[in-house]
Amino acid sequence: MTGLSVRNLSYAYGAKRALNDISFNVEQGAFCALIGPNGAGKSTLFALLTRLMTSRTGTIEIAGHDLGSHPEKALGKIGIVFQQPSLDLDLTVWRNLSYFAGLHGLSGQAAEASIRSALDRLDMAERTHERVRNLNGGHRRRLEIARALVHSPTVLLLDEPSVGLDAAARRAITEHAHDLCKTHGMTVLWATHLTDEISAEDQVVILHKGQVLRNCPCQELTRDKPLQEAFLDLTDHCT
Amino acid sequence: MTASLLALRAIVIRDVLRFVHQRSRFVAALVRPLIWLVVFAAGFRGAFGPLTPPPHVTPISYEMYILPGLCGMILLFNGMQSALSLVYDREMGSMRILLTSPLPRWWLLVCRLLSSTAISLLQVYAFLLVAMAFGIHIPLAGYVSALPAVFLAGLMLGAFGLAMSSSIHQLENFAGVMNFVIFPTFFLSSALYPLVQMGGSSALLLALCELNPFTHAVELIRFAFAGHVNWSALAWILATGAVFMGITFRQYTPVRGLR
Repeated sequence: MTGLSVRNLSYAYGAKRALNDISFNVEQGAFCALIGPNGAGKSTLFALLTRLMTSRTGTIEIAGHDLGSHPEKALGKIGIVFQQPSLDLDLTVWRNLSYFAGLHGLSGQAAEASIRSALDRLDMAERTHERVRNLNGGHRRRLEIARALVHSPTVLLLDEPSVGLDAAARRAITEHAHDLCKTHGMTVLWATHLTDEISAEDQVVILHKGQVLRNCPCQELTRDKPLQEAFLDLTDHCT
Repeated sequence: MTASLLALRAIVIRDVLRFVHQRSRFVAALVRPLIWLVVFAAGFRGAFGPLTPPPHVTPISYEMYILPGLCGMILLFNGMQSALSLVYDREMGSMRILLTSPLPRWWLLVCRLLSSTAISLLQVYAFLLVAMAFGIHIPLAGYVSALPAVFLAGLMLGAFGLAMSSSIHQLENFAGVMNFVIFPTFFLSSALYPLVQMGGSSALLLALCELNPFTHAVELIRFAFAGHVNWSALAWILATGAVFMGITFRQYTPVRGLR
């Protein structure tokens, strides 16, 4: 079954084309790394996948729901971690998560159980009553991932979630996202330009100048050279 | 409770908590109209003499005259403050969390409007309580009959703020716009002086005051304080509120994008 499907998607800001007829699928339970240099169109793609913007051309399906015709159903299936921090700094960890739970139709004991489970999963339980302002960058990021899991989504979208984190925190959240695929069958789309966050068995979609240059297993790209080199070769070649 | 109502509750709780945490905002919301009521009114009492604005049939004090206008001032400032917080949310990223929740976007915007109006109501009644301590009060029934009027006026002015927020893309621009919007809106109304005074000096200014939806918000509250309904003000407020929300829905549609 397909977790995420993008078909013939295009988007332009006025005369400037940001995405040009891109298509790819991510199977359920798969980890897909979306890599591309700055300006490749990753953020535009994320804005379209999360319906912050819509396009007249192309379709997006999330866990079998068409985002254009059934936006509420599709959005209910996704957990999102934006590149830009999106927490309420003056509210506590708990309040941030209960606000999110409410937006997703959870309340009472169901919301409480989901929030506790998400916090436990990210080792954030002891921070429950702290104000977000007092958390460091790593903990804030973990909290954003915990928040994205509160409503038990089947597809997780993360837009450069490791930006600004130290090596240990970066590694921890990368491993955690891989773990969610293996243990919970979650579909993960992970946008990054850091190739060391990608495992050999991951699917890789390389986006460059609004087009999909490659969509294949990581191993296919790393047969004779490291991923970083393969990525640079591909993007340089197309410049 | 349905998902829509749960979202509304979540948004109201969040906004109220944020408001409670911003104590200075609450204090400013109370002090600003109090200065007008205590200081400004003391100076202008003599200038206007006894006033008999509709629906009153006997003269009332100047303090009693400006009381509805100052309630309107709180609603106006809070409407703008909510719009500012929306621009802030958009810049800080938390707006994305709201707009990517699985509910129709129009409903999410209505939730924001209702939550900002709830905060406005809280501020207006806190102000009326403090005014009462200064000896300026209306009949007890007026506090009850004013509730729907204050609520509707708050909705209209909140919608005005939302419509403004949707066309302002940077926080820095907002401060300037607020100054150019709040003061003309407030002064070109019946909040501080009867419109007949304005008509005596300029027909154009009088026309602007009569067109100003804020004038109708103030008059709706003034009538409600006295236990009456000003139907034309009510119709004007409902119509302009609907137009402002229409603009907001149009501006925040995903087709226009929010990155």
